[in-house]
Amino acid sequence: MLAQHETWQYRWRKTASRTILYLVLFAGAAIMMLPFFWMLTSSLKAPHEMTLRTIQWFPKVPQWENYKIAWNAAPFGTYFKNSFTIALAVTFIEVIFSSLAAFAFAKFNFFGKNFLFVLFLGTMMIPGEVMLIPNYITMVDFGWVDTYYALIIPWTVSVFSIFLLRQFFMSIPHDLFEAALLDGCGKFRFLTTILLPLSKPAIVTVMLFKFIGSWNSFLWVLIMTNTPKMRTIPVGLTYFVSDVGSYYNYLMAASTFAMAPILILFLVLQKQFIQGIAHTGLKG
Amino acid sequence: MIKIPSEMRTKKYWRETFEAYLYLLPAFVVLGMFSFYPVVKSIYMSFFDWSLLRQQQYFVGFENYQRILSDKVFHQAINNTIRYVIGYVPFSIGLALIVAVLLNSKIRFRGTLRLAYFLPWVTSSVAISMVWRWIFNQHYGLLNMLLVRLSNMVNAVVSFVTLGNYPEVWQFSNPNWLMDPKWTIINIVIIAVWKSMGYNIVIFLAGLQNVPNELYEAAEVDGASPWQSFRKITLPLISPTTFFISIISIIGAFKLFTEIYVLYTGRPGPLNSGMTIVYYVYRNAFERYRMGYASAAAYILFGIIFVFTLIQMAVAKRKVHYAS
Repeated sequence: MLAQHETWQYRWRKTASRTILYLVLFAGAAIMMLPFFWMLTSSLKAPHEMTLRTIQWFPKVPQWENYKIAWNAAPFGTYFKNSFTIALAVTFIEVIFSSLAAFAFAKFNFFGKNFLFVLFLGTMMIPGEVMLIPNYITMVDFGWVDTYYALIIPWTVSVFSIFLLRQFFMSIPHDLFEAALLDGCGKFRFLTTILLPLSKPAIVTVMLFKFIGSWNSFLWVLIMTNTPKMRTIPVGLTYFVSDVGSYYNYLMAASTFAMAPILILFLVLQKQFIQGIAHTGLKG
Repeated sequence: MIKIPSEMRTKKYWRETFEAYLYLLPAFVVLGMFSFYPVVKSIYMSFFDWSLLRQQQYFVGFENYQRILSDKVFHQAINNTIRYVIGYVPFSIGLALIVAVLLNSKIRFRGTLRLAYFLPWVTSSVAISMVWRWIFNQHYGLLNMLLVRLSNMVNAVVSFVTLGNYPEVWQFSNPNWLMDPKWTIINIVIIAVWKSMGYNIVIFLAGLQNVPNELYEAAEVDGASPWQSFRKITLPLISPTTFFISIISIIGAFKLFTEIYVLYTGRPGPLNSGMTIVYYVYRNAFERYRMGYASAAAYILFGIIFVFTLIQMAVAKRKVHYAS
């Protein structure tokens, strides 16, 4: 008698199920990619191609100047500058503040440690919308509305990052810390020259999340800015809609360049990114 | 008398405490100003008739809460939000689980496929909602044009099979996705499922990696079908992951705002069909400057999320298997 894996039924069934597997997965992936494709191809279409009642997958002649027209129709240069400034500032300040706090929670033994840690974590339970209104009033009182301060300073600490970094710091042996202290290495020096370099994966994850979160953030920027000079890309884009109305080819061009920096960042760093997410999921 | 642990009496301990507080200081100041303080302040504000348009604020007790709870628009917001949660959460989790299980088998192009599923998650909600607005366009949108083709195909096949007795089983009516209130929540569910799937897939894949392969091999030797090993091995062993994803998804779903705002250009959908709790907060606070009233609504949102989290934790206690 033949072993099971040598029978033709078995092999046939295996090939069939493989084929179905690939078909399902690739069809799914195609559906996921379709909106991106439609955005790109629409962004290159001429006005009359935007009002066809049947599907035209590609423009007859790619209208590259759509991008130029869209770019010049609103102060996108300013929006980009603001988005970059804010996202970079928030990311760097946050990683400094968070690693300082995470270091204290991971390696120090101090009075009120558990209480403070629970207090910090507790803020993750509360939806940000609850804090939105008092924070808005604080900003009005400080005179920070429509300034970089309002768009940067409230976001320079994230409990999530502190938690993530603390977990990572704790996985680095405590003996290392004590040995370094015995050898006369200061605590701050231990943090900057030993702990942080060892924690590169966690640092990269935290920074990536923060950068993307900041780049894409919407509601806070929407309520905090009154003038085009302070708007970021997402908020600028919503104002652009009311300007160009239903010229969707220009809108799609604008959406494309609004997404481009994050998509490029993601494609370059996708490995760190996906590992970071997998890691946080497991911890939860 | 309280017994002070011996470590507390040493000088070293207090020195370390002082140092630790220095390290915590920046985080504590920022959190204090922008998290701890506003949490308390918004409870306080929720008991006031608090308007940004005047100096004097008036204490009203529970009146804000009473008025919100009897407001028809708020009922609509709750209703829409719950419909959205019910539509979004199971689809988002179910589809992600299917794709993750399929991706977890030994296949080629795994990285590329995972990338394709993941890409929507990193994109800005604003930019991508704009794209969907174009796709949902009644006359020139991709969705209706695809559905026309699909309905023609289905009709041709059915007509052929039934020898022309049913020439038009699918009467395509060219739905106006963005103007017809009955589609509003469904539109948003489509966008949200599409956008969030990749994230859930990545987390499910990480969970699936932890299921030992020997279990599947043993099950196969014992003659278990793939469906049986999925039911009896995969599902129980990844239940902590499923639990994590469902909490994250439900909390996220209750905070729906940006997609509605962009898809309907700063309006909560036709006939308030896209009014959500967060939209209600936003409208009252930043369009009408009723800060106390909006704070009360935000606290009701917090209460709802809190109750749901508690329910889920209670369910998890019975159903989730943590590896010991």
